Amino acid sequence: MYDFTEEELNRYSRHILLKDVGVEGQEKILAAKVLVIGAGGLGAPVAMYLAAAGVGNIGIVDGDVVDLSNLQRQIIHTTPDVGKPKVVSAKETIAAINPHIKVDVYQDFLRADNALDIIKNYDFVVDGTDNFPVKFLINDACVMAGKPFSHGGILRFEGQTFTYVPGHACYRCMFKTPPPPNAVPTCSQAGVLGAIAGMLGTIQAAETLKYITGVGELLTDKLLTFNAKTMDFRKVNVHRRDNCPLCGENPTITELINYEQSVCDLAAHKN
Amino acid sequence: MATITVNGEKQEVALPITVSGLIKQNNVAEPEMVSVQVNEEFVEREDFDTKTFNDGDTVDFLYFMGGGCR
Repeated sequence: MYDFTEEELNRYSRHILLKDVGVEGQEKILAAKVLVIGAGGLGAPVAMYLAAAGVGNIGIVDGDVVDLSNLQRQIIHTTPDVGKPKVVSAKETIAAINPHIKVDVYQDFLRADNALDIIKNYDFVVDGTDNFPVKFLINDACVMAGKPFSHGGILRFEGQTFTYVPGHACYRCMFKTPPPPNAVPTCSQAGVLGAIAGMLGTIQAAETLKYITGVGELLTDKLLTFNAKTMDFRKVNVHRRDNCPLCGENPTITELINYEQSVCDLAAHKN
Repeated sequence: MATITVNGEKQEVALPITVSGLIKQNNVAEPEMVSVQVNEEFVEREDFDTKTFNDGDTVDFLYFMGGGCR
């Protein structure tokens, strides 16, 4: 059994008080390794809440630097961080929240040639990315590696999330292939209410902690969508597709694919 | 007339109606982008023009949502 220090008992007391979590649940959280892909609108609240919760090892993947236009929603970064690599800024904030956390930084973007190698070290993966090529890459890599992950997407006033657990519906069961470049706008093109990133990111952080502790029911085989204009939340039941090109009975996708980023995305990406 | 539930809300439709017809009737902005479930079973895109609905069916339109965002 893990030997909690006085400081830790105090720091995590509100988790330990929860009947469903308790000392045992907190031990699981301290032992957990979680990879957060993207230190942006979703990755920021996810990494901050996981750090505060005491997740022992957090990996962060992002090849970008902090831009002034990020600060409207990416609350892990602050004004003096503009120009800094996002992974460095994120690591500093995590250390300030909870110095006990071991943080691994990957100052790079996830690609077909590095994805499996990076995710293999973690128990759970959180998708906090802003584009479809990487969302499909994360899904494919996690399905192939048998890793659970939380999917998240936001746009304007809306958010969407589900939790993949091996053997259950994957992103390709719902959406077979990425949309053509520029067919669906990203936040950098269409805008987003900053607090929406917090709403969805904290749902993803909660799902991660539920997975780690085994508490409650995950958003597995369920797609949760919400519209903040009306505050309507909707859970749609989804099922694993027998003919899913990735996790179905006769998969046609057997290796990772680097989909084309749209020119527009790449331009926005360099901002 | 028949009643089907579209994204959680009841709708009156005249039968017969196909998935493509329902997409059109609901003014879905990017019809080529939407994933469609009928009674919790996904419908293949190539069947959108032939798959028809029955009274009481439940339909979900699922949309791509991509931002994270940087």
